[in-house]
Amino acid sequence: MKKKIIYEIKALYRDNFRITGYEFGSGKKSVCVVGSIRGNEIQQLYTCSQLVKRLKKLEEEGKLVKGHKILVIPSINPYSMNIKKRFWSTDNTDINRMFPGYNLGETTQRIAAGVFEVIKDYQYGMQFASFYMPGNFTPHIRMMKAGYENVELAKEFGMPYVVLRNTRPYDTTTLNYNWQIWETNAFSIYTTTTAEVDKESAGTAIRSILNFLSKEGIVDYCGHEGYISRVVEDTDMVPVRTRVAGIFESEVKVGDEVLKGQLLARVIDPYEGEVSETLIAPIDGIVFFQHNDPLTYADTAVFKLMKGR
Amino acid sequence: MIKTVASVGLPVDEVLEIKKNRIKPDTKIEGKKKRISIVTGIHGDELEGQFVCFEIIRRIREEKDKLTGIVDIYPAMNPLGIDSITRGIPGFDLDMNRLFPGNGDGDMTEYLASQIVKDVEGSDACIDIHASNIYLTEIPQIRINEQHKEQLIPLAMKTNVDFIWVHGASTVLESTFAHSLNSRGVPTLVVEMGVGMRITKAYCNQLVDGIFNLMREMGIWQGETITPRKPIISQNPDDVSYLNASVSGIFVPNVKHWEHLKKGDQIGSIIDPLRGEVLDQILSPVDGILFTIREYPVVDEGSLMGRLLRDEALKV
Repeated sequence: MKKKIIYEIKALYRDNFRITGYEFGSGKKSVCVVGSIRGNEIQQLYTCSQLVKRLKKLEEEGKLVKGHKILVIPSINPYSMNIKKRFWSTDNTDINRMFPGYNLGETTQRIAAGVFEVIKDYQYGMQFASFYMPGNFTPHIRMMKAGYENVELAKEFGMPYVVLRNTRPYDTTTLNYNWQIWETNAFSIYTTTTAEVDKESAGTAIRSILNFLSKEGIVDYCGHEGYISRVVEDTDMVPVRTRVAGIFESEVKVGDEVLKGQLLARVIDPYEGEVSETLIAPIDGIVFFQHNDPLTYADTAVFKLMKGR
Repeated sequence: MIKTVASVGLPVDEVLEIKKNRIKPDTKIEGKKKRISIVTGIHGDELEGQFVCFEIIRRIREEKDKLTGIVDIYPAMNPLGIDSITRGIPGFDLDMNRLFPGNGDGDMTEYLASQIVKDVEGSDACIDIHASNIYLTEIPQIRINEQHKEQLIPLAMKTNVDFIWVHGASTVLESTFAHSLNSRGVPTLVVEMGVGMRITKAYCNQLVDGIFNLMREMGIWQGETITPRKPIISQNPDDVSYLNASVSGIFVPNVKHWEHLKKGDQIGSIIDPLRGEVLDQILSPVDGILFTIREYPVVDEGSLMGRLLRDEALKV
């Protein structure tokens, strides 16, 4: 394992801004894994740290196949993490809206460019991603339909689901999209949480990456085979929305199977404690996404249910 | 007449309402009346538009008999942002100007965006007033996506701004308010002027003069208006030279905004107050006019300190 500084900026008063990478093996640029890009992505950081630990052990045991280089970057944005801010510490821009970056541009454009220059030529790119709304997910691989996605390859992770979604205008400046444009097979890996550590789904993600690397002949790993992934379109999921705002009290959790008519959650009046709204499952399905903030706004998709087969 | 454009209940004893003021002539006007929409406050930290909205209403009230069309004033597209000094939509950390055209069946933020578009649709012109951000001061200017330049440049010429900047199309900008409206056939001009969190009255009055001139041209206003200044129009990306900080430090300017500079003139310095050192001298890379200047002194490596419009562009 080689620990390397991928990108660095000298600051005025703070310690230097450093992006640190961990390199395993040598040869062809085979796999790059990126952890957190935003300051609240603690689970993404944790998962990467556990992956580094695991790869280090596999390397010591001689189980990394020769001729492949694996690069793991636990955090692209330690500055924001250290001050508990989601976006860039000074101008609040999102590094994951700056790719492929511009090395003569503004700070976060430069950071994106500096990182992308190092990671763009890898055959496989994996990013531990997070959602803009507060909530928990069933672990899955998410792919943008940018025209280059390889669904069969995504199944090799053995995650329960592979979710495909259409690209939106802002996607064109994300890491995942630009990886695809630069001919990297890119995958967004969602574990259950974002701002809290969830060991179980972090373990699922690490096993799925090792499964993938094993199937691609990059590591010698013999672990849990994982799932036969179900491929679904994002639009196939059924959102359950609140009609009113209030205190959100869920009766189910992500991964639960629910039946049509089952109580999913209540919205409670924040002053009088009465139930303002009950949210009922409109279909038989699996809870794929669940809002995890104690308050909810009105018109908010607090659940996304995956239809049963 | 104050009207609620969109309304949504917040979790604890509060309703978020986006409001507009529709001002119509007091007397009946024959034929279909033209309508202009003045929109601002999409970014909660940009306040220059607040005074513009106030001043338009004030001037109309003074000579109400001169009004022959409809003026819709939307002063706060992101009311939670304005009242909490937050650029994006508080609680979501989302840039509202990346949500358009929104979705009536979507989440709260998408719903609000869709209601706004629905309400402004049908206007004969729309002006979306921005105030840069808290870091940079801008000379009054209109920014136009090249996709819509044929229609928008003639309108922008009437608004009394100093500069019209036609920029390249970008996929990301397709989710802006202005792009959504322009795509729906409402000519929408994006004004950038002044600086975030402040009101620059001179710029506000300059723009208000221009808006009244545009209203007169559209048949909405019959009162006296100024002859608009002739703006510089830049359509070539090479016209603009960017000044990005080479090091992190404190930026101290030596020049005034909108000043004409020769190549090599000193624009400012980046200093290190701990060591008492000058980290970099910022020299003008070209002959040109400084239309953007950094207001906020702290810079990271890469932070934008200014933009110059080259002399070549001024000669066209």
